[in-house]
Amino acid sequence: MAVIPVQRPPLTFAERIYLPAVIKSMVAITLKHLFARKVTLEYPEQRPEIPPGYRGVPTLVKDPNGREKCVSCQLCEFVCPPKAIRITPGEIPADAPTAHVEKAPREFEINMLRCIYCGLCEEVCPEEAIFLQNVYSLCGTSREELVFQKDKLYELGGTRPDQHYKWDRKKAAAEHAAAH
Amino acid sequence: MDFLANLPPLVLAVLKGLAVICVIFPIAGSCSMAERKVSAWIQGRHGPNRVIPFWFAWVPVVGPFLQRLGAFHLLADGLKFLVKEEPLPGQVNKFYYTIAPVVAIIPALTTVTVVPFGAYLDQAGQVVPLVLANVDVGVLAVFAVASLGIYSMILAGWASNSKYSFLGSVRASAQLVSYELSLTLSVLPVFLWINTPDAAGTLGLARAVAFQVQPGFWGGMWFIFLMPASALIFIVALFAETNRLPFDMIESEADLVGGFHTEYGAFKWGLFFVAEYSHMIVGSGVFILLFLGGWNPLPWLPLSTIAGWLGFAHYPLIFGIVAVAIFLAKILFFIFVFMWVRWTVPRFRYDIVMRLGWRVMLPLALVNLIVYALAIWALQPAA
Repeated sequence: MAVIPVQRPPLTFAERIYLPAVIKSMVAITLKHLFARKVTLEYPEQRPEIPPGYRGVPTLVKDPNGREKCVSCQLCEFVCPPKAIRITPGEIPADAPTAHVEKAPREFEINMLRCIYCGLCEEVCPEEAIFLQNVYSLCGTSREELVFQKDKLYELGGTRPDQHYKWDRKKAAAEHAAAH
Repeated sequence: MDFLANLPPLVLAVLKGLAVICVIFPIAGSCSMAERKVSAWIQGRHGPNRVIPFWFAWVPVVGPFLQRLGAFHLLADGLKFLVKEEPLPGQVNKFYYTIAPVVAIIPALTTVTVVPFGAYLDQAGQVVPLVLANVDVGVLAVFAVASLGIYSMILAGWASNSKYSFLGSVRASAQLVSYELSLTLSVLPVFLWINTPDAAGTLGLARAVAFQVQPGFWGGMWFIFLMPASALIFIVALFAETNRLPFDMIESEADLVGGFHTEYGAFKWGLFFVAEYSHMIVGSGVFILLFLGGWNPLPWLPLSTIAGWLGFAHYPLIFGIVAVAIFLAKILFFIFVFMWVRWTVPRFRYDIVMRLGWRVMLPLALVNLIVYALAIWALQPAA
């Protein structure tokens, strides 16, 4: 490697006595910052605005009709790198209004002590049933409390406004076909 | 006042001492709070604004305002220093370790006694300074006693038996001794000026104030205009003497953990803290008295003139309160400047501090002294 000698310009007198620079930055920088708008949030009262696409706590969602979208295919369970998800599949009772849907999870657990918020579960879900939404503040006083159960996941997830109605359309198509 | 003057001297001394402690301790504490708030504001934060006693939350406007200002964090901090566990590290020399904070606080509070902090007009219209001990040695006493504070740092660093503490105290001794020279030399022109041949010699600070309020253009001029070089050397040396940035080689938390008080905690550390702030308060007080006209509001405009206009010249109490308030306001402004500079200038390298002290400040102070001595000799009418 070639050695390139860099010329350091000698300091001027004003630079060597420091004071002009000190006073200039006191007025131009520090004083300006003293009166500038504060950049910090007062957290519990003021919350940050969560940008779209934020990967918060994974949640389960319902469709606009209030049907749980998860069909317990267990893809998320298999893809989950830290193995935080555990699903126990269950049948839907024949007399339920959603009996035409294939399956539903009987139990759905996400261990938030293991979850790494990678978002692979959301990416892999064929039913758009699991979303990492905007919940970022998470705390608990025991290990059990931080293993989120199905009801907790739905409570956090709420309803997504998408209009797919995949299973309703499938049922309608099947009925239509059966009529001919 | 007669009642106070007739008390036995010992009782009077104890009362004065308690008054000093009761005033300086809260001011030093508020300075620490102000430090936190000013730091926060300069860094774009809000700073501490949470603590409020529940019964104070009922006060409508004042309560929330004080809460936002962080006023109650001061009480919380003080309470914490008082009641938290006092750690006594195993490796320390217990006697010297315990005595070091006391050695720090005693000179820091003692210097306040000779600093006049206000004045009132007596029946004859003469300005009488408000000072605990109006002694002629004045500024000499301040410098002599304040420089004792360095022993506490050496003692603390040595007794802590830790290399960081020791390095901090070695730096402290070198730096404080270096800058003390320029500090002392820088005020000599002022005292050469005020010790006119026709009056008794004095080093009193009140005399310096009296000299800045004489009638006429030259008489009413504050010494900062008359001797700007002295003022500059004094203020820079004051930063070094009080271990404030950019001269806080002694703490320099980046390389020395905490400097001489690394091993200290709880109330002992709090005493060091109060001592540092008292040094700042007294130091800026001396600067204001010597160069900024003391308790007079503006150059060429003495407080007694304003009192004459507003008609409170004959009420010593009002005059005294106004004088003390103006003086205190100036001190608080200087405390703010200390904090302002702290967040503007990064810490010097140690060799730069030494070079600045010995090769810039000291020659400058000497030249300044000689120039002013010659000028005063030339200007003064032959006695």
